[in-house]
Amino acid sequence: MHEFTALLRRDTSLMWRKRADAAQPLLFALMVCVMFPLAAGSEPARLAHSAAAVIWVANLLASLLVLDNLYRSDFEDGSLEQLLLAPVPLPVVIASKVAVHWLTTALPVLLITPLLAQMLFLPDAQLPALMLSLLVGSMLMSLIGAMVAALTLGIRRSGMLLALMALPMYVPVLVFGAGSVWSAGQGLPWLGAIWLMSAGLALLLVLAPWAAATALRIALS
Amino acid sequence: MNSIVLWFNQTGSPPRFDAFAARWTSVCFLIATVLLAIGVYAALAVVPADYKQGESFRILYIHVPAAWMSLMIFVIMALQSAIALIWRIKLCELIAMASAPIGALFTAVTLISGAVWGKPTWGTWWTWDPRLTSELVLLFLYLGVIGLYSAIDDRRAAARAAGFLAIIGVVNVPIVHFAVTWWNTLHQGETIRLIGPSKMDGSMLWPLLVLVAATKFWYLGSVLLRTRALNLQQESRKQWAIERYGVQS
Amino acid sequence: MAILCNSRPTFTRFSRLSDCKNAKMAVQFTSTDDPCMPFSDSALIEADALCFSRNELPVFGPLALQVHGGETLMLKGENGSGKTTLLRVLAGLLTPESGSVRICGKPFCRERFVGLAAYIGHRPGHKAELTVTQNLRFSARLHGRDDAVDMRRLVDDCGLAGYEDTQAGKLSAGQNKRLALARLQAQGRRLWLMDEPYANLDLAGIDWVNRLVQNHVASGGGALISTHGAYAAPEVPVRLMEITRSAAHA
Repeated sequence: MHEFTALLRRDTSLMWRKRADAAQPLLFALMVCVMFPLAAGSEPARLAHSAAAVIWVANLLASLLVLDNLYRSDFEDGSLEQLLLAPVPLPVVIASKVAVHWLTTALPVLLITPLLAQMLFLPDAQLPALMLSLLVGSMLMSLIGAMVAALTLGIRRSGMLLALMALPMYVPVLVFGAGSVWSAGQGLPWLGAIWLMSAGLALLLVLAPWAAATALRIALS
Repeated sequence: MNSIVLWFNQTGSPPRFDAFAARWTSVCFLIATVLLAIGVYAALAVVPADYKQGESFRILYIHVPAAWMSLMIFVIMALQSAIALIWRIKLCELIAMASAPIGALFTAVTLISGAVWGKPTWGTWWTWDPRLTSELVLLFLYLGVIGLYSAIDDRRAAARAAGFLAIIGVVNVPIVHFAVTWWNTLHQGETIRLIGPSKMDGSMLWPLLVLVAATKFWYLGSVLLRTRALNLQQESRKQWAIERYGVQS
Repeated sequence: MAILCNSRPTFTRFSRLSDCKNAKMAVQFTSTDDPCMPFSDSALIEADALCFSRNELPVFGPLALQVHGGETLMLKGENGSGKTTLLRVLAGLLTPESGSVRICGKPFCRERFVGLAAYIGHRPGHKAELTVTQNLRFSARLHGRDDAVDMRRLVDDCGLAGYEDTQAGKLSAGQNKRLALARLQAQGRRLWLMDEPYANLDLAGIDWVNRLVQNHVASGGGALISTHGAYAAPEVPVRLMEITRSAAHA
């Protein structure tokens, strides 16, 4: 526990030093939501129809783009090696990294979601479903991403390959997340999908750090 | 039991496997070709036309075996990778990596035959049918594994990393299928099911089974051939390879 | 000349897990409890018939080595002779093709290794964005040595006095090396695995490393140092082991 706190503090100070970088996923999601009306026209009805989907995809893409940063810096300066040789279990190290990563990349995007919803004329009935599904979904995406990102560590400039590897893994999250918002829009029960995602989250909270630890060891050998 | 384990142990050594593959590859391909010929002829000429869909349903005889193979190969790939990761058996890594392109091709055949089926039946080249959509995600998973394997320099580390991705992928496949089926029912009315309930008359069923067997033998022949090639590539500097095939530059 | 290794490994990662179950209960990760204590006459670390190859090309092996408490083993070899790989195999970061590594006479296990040894490699191993003190403090906390380490003395000893609040990224390569070695000291482990510790250091730095190793070995610790030669060895019992590509003579 003591070591977990030390890890959290270190990762937080590191993120704090590069806090300008932390704004990037937020800006990216914002820009995607600006691109869409520019491409499809600014008719409120048409935008409202696809608003939830666009916001979900913007979140997904932003999450894919920052995935490489999870381990890259520690790998390059040798700290990852040292962490592997520390008395802390590797899954604990990964859990702390993913937690800080989520707080600094996914949470800001989550916080501006109401703004994005306004920009795209999202119907008010869909907003709670959107926020809740994004909350659970973004955590799921961070955890799944942690497993996949570990595998590409040894490869230089692996950003695109990583995105291609992670995308099929994100499909269920996207389907259930965006699907729940669509159901809410139709007046159908939508919490079921969220519960399903939360069950997945509970499972991954335990499994993903362990799987990511195995993946890291494979990648570093 | 002991003799089976012994056989596996022995065949698992690179030189023995090379001899084994050399001998059995052509046999498998021969059986596959014969079965394919019988099956395709039966599917096209012998089986009566479907009362609902007419002649175009015959594409099912290619589509269904290919779909089954695409899933089976992914599971085999994940299984072989798991064995390779736990017990560090070189040959299992190679079998897993050799299976990936074969599986990807079967998935592509499934998708193309599905599209070809959709055109005369519903007028579009693509339908967001849950099965086809799951197959598409499966194709991306295969391509991810192939891409990762080719991106890492150290061949064994590459096989281990790609194998691990396959293991995560195999857990993902049923989840994707479940998600996409749910998604399909959610947006009901906007998509159509490609394959109805699978109740086929006996006279229409047997060519399907023949073709299923044919694809299995095709896979066996292919995987033996590809694994043999990967094996030789990896072991090209070893004594036994030089004795058998000469020095490769 | 290729030395062919037996392709059947004599230990796998998973078999090590079961050996570790007891180790986890016995070992507390502070410098006072150390997996070797009750067995102080066996070698701290020893390797037997160790073979490693990459892409079917042998890198080294089969080789055997031992490091006891109170001595230093220097691994000399040219660039590309496999020294770094050997150290990483000993640290458990890489799995050998065949052969075994034993910690205090018991089979290798991550917990045993972590309780006994500390490793520094080529890369700094600390964050460029954090200051010297932050890096040292993190390392101490991570290894449960927060209260045992006198931060001021440590920084003074390693010649970084006045740079406590400088970010590691702004230090020179030599100063980064000093920071890495200070970190090694802070961890307080009995065995030091050092991969080219003299790299990037000036003469004063090399002297300082030798003194560090001397003090460490004098208090019962062991050190395994890899170097490509041309440096004065520390004035302690030193055994030399030469390693060349896919062969080793001790």
